Amino acid sequence: MSSPAPRIALPAILIANDLRNGDVVVRAAAGWSRDPREAVIAHDRAAAERLAAEAAAELAANRVVDAYLIDVTLGDAGEPVPNHFRERVKLRGPSIRPDLARVPGRTSTGART
Amino acid sequence: MYRYDEFDDAFVRDRVAQFRDQVTRRLSGGLTEDEFKPLRLKNGVYLQLHAYMLRIAIPYGTLSARQMRQLARIAETYDRGYGHFTTRQNLQFNWPKLRDIPDILELLADVGMHCIQTSGNCIRNVTADHFAGVAADEIEDPRPVAELIRQWSSLHPEFDYLPRKFKIAVTGATHDRAAILAHDVGIAIVRNAAGEIGYRIIVGGGLGRTPMIGKVVREFLPKPELLAYLEAMMRVYNLEGRRDNKYKARVKILVHEIGIEEFRARVEAEYATIDGSATNADPAEAARIAAYFAPPAYETLPAESPAFAAAKAANPAFAAWVENNVFPHRQPGYAALTISLKAIGQPPGDASAAQMRAVADLAERYSFGEIRVTHHQNLVLPHVRQADLFALWQALGAADLAEANVGLITDIIACPGLDYCALATARSIPIAQALAKRFADPARQREIGPLEIKISGCINACGHHHVGHIGILGLEKRGAESYQITLGGDATENAALGEIIGPGIAAEAVPDAIERLVETYLALREKDEPFIAAIRRLGLAPFKAAFSGEVRHAAA
Ligand code: SF4
Repeated sequence: MSSPAPRIALPAILIANDLRNGDVVVRAAAGWSRDPREAVIAHDRAAAERLAAEAAAELAANRVVDAYLIDVTLGDAGEPVPNHFRERVKLRGPSIRPDLARVPGRTSTGART
Repeated sequence: MYRYDEFDDAFVRDRVAQFRDQVTRRLSGGLTEDEFKPLRLKNGVYLQLHAYMLRIAIPYGTLSARQMRQLARIAETYDRGYGHFTTRQNLQFNWPKLRDIPDILELLADVGMHCIQTSGNCIRNVTADHFAGVAADEIEDPRPVAELIRQWSSLHPEFDYLPRKFKIAVTGATHDRAAILAHDVGIAIVRNAAGEIGYRIIVGGGLGRTPMIGKVVREFLPKPELLAYLEAMMRVYNLEGRRDNKYKARVKILVHEIGIEEFRARVEAEYATIDGSATNADPAEAARIAAYFAPPAYETLPAESPAFAAAKAANPAFAAWVENNVFPHRQPGYAALTISLKAIGQPPGDASAAQMRAVADLAERYSFGEIRVTHHQNLVLPHVRQADLFALWQALGAADLAEANVGLITDIIACPGLDYCALATARSIPIAQALAKRFADPARQREIGPLEIKISGCINACGHHHVGHIGILGLEKRGAESYQITLGGDATENAALGEIIGPGIAAEAVPDAIERLVETYLALREKDEPFIAAIRRLGLAPFKAAFSGEVRHAAA
């Protein structure tokens, strides 16, 4: 279900759910991370195309599900903040359970959390 | 309660083993997501926004203390310490890991539970009146019928790939607490002029994108003929329901397009070809099932417990809770009580593992080990001695389960919405929380009286907003959450669909807007006139005027 990169507004990041445990993950420089601050940020079309290609490859490799690109705005510390409220909830966790908010901390999908 | 026999148990265990193998193949890459998705959905596993979600069937909302305790254990061991009771009387876990789900299913099988047919285009979990076997206005307990339908529909090979999902609800009482007019098929247990018990069969109700109130397809169906008649209906739907367009595939659309007379004619024609003796339940089997639902061993008690009356007189908070949460029992000296899962500010329908355990303990101690789940997302202890209510109320208070708001404005139905659901267009739980806080004052809630607010986070209407006295539908408008308010819906035997009263509003504007509607009602109502009755009498005009005044005010 990877979105074709050309249609996405920039900057953009690639997100997905980990196949094994369902966790929301972002595509980082080395694999997938649970920490949005580690996301690879596509600032141009070519970078977005690369992320889209990685999404397709990772889906095919059965490491993640529901991988797609989302457009973001960069926060003060350079962290990506999704432009759409749905993706903001997805990245942060249920708005009604701040106690369950995703704790930033790198866990690659290789590590079995 | 119904108990699995060895056949049921072996069947569920086989299914767990099969799914364990499917999960293993998925995790090792042997199955793609496209291949795996229909398999996981057959076992109640969804992929939501943040995680997988597991939907567990609670047939007709009846649960034993032992089962509830097992759910608590699963919540703690494999989830994040809580679960969500749904408007289909089911339970959802929001955070299971795919690799753990086979183990969870094994634990469920240990207590006679599973997730089969909680998803997919099949006949789903059959729901029923949560006061089954309790209510004084009941002609007959609906659970034996619901159980019969469950057994008949479980993996029925002919109805495993229907055009779309299919939901059946049953009531045995004259007052409909099971929303049977809002289901694909609704069954009411009725008596005919000769005094015989049978079924009124309703078809083509449903909410979602195209809400419809069900229509009577058979006014009186003799009891022994139920399964053959259902089979005829399912056949007509299976053959003629639209498979070209998912949004037009529910039976309500077929009934709407060809008309109820034509639908009835086709069902009767099909019915004439069915050999009832091969399809209908063997009377001995029907009796075997019914025996499981025999009333528990009640004590012989006076109609009114003096201790209960004294406790009410001495304790106004207890008396207020009794007034809202306790339902009369047909057995003298007993009561059914509703445990509100709508503590002010909490997500509607959520229960922590500790709360599940507390309810299990109390059910064992005070209610013959039996618990019900209501489609209002509350729990019920169905058979409690009046004399025990005070002690029970205190124990519930200790577990944060003594909110005295059942049926009142803060007893809000809300679907998970965008906080969890991948299909959502807006959040629904925070709206429920904000409204509950706004109307938290118990005296004010009682002054307002019975008022049902129902909230859905998208057009799929899992929060039943169309049939809320006040319905709230969360949508997306120009990149932001926007809420559409409907008024005048009703889920009972007087079923009605709410009407939209104005433009969509922002989340922050919802409490004030609802406040205006309530104020309008309070100003215009006649003595003891409930909210929904006032709307029927007055029409929408005064409410629309108040609402648009509020919208203008908010925009200014
Ligand atoms: S109504 Fe929509 S948002 Fe709510 S649970 Fe159903 S599908 Fe999800």
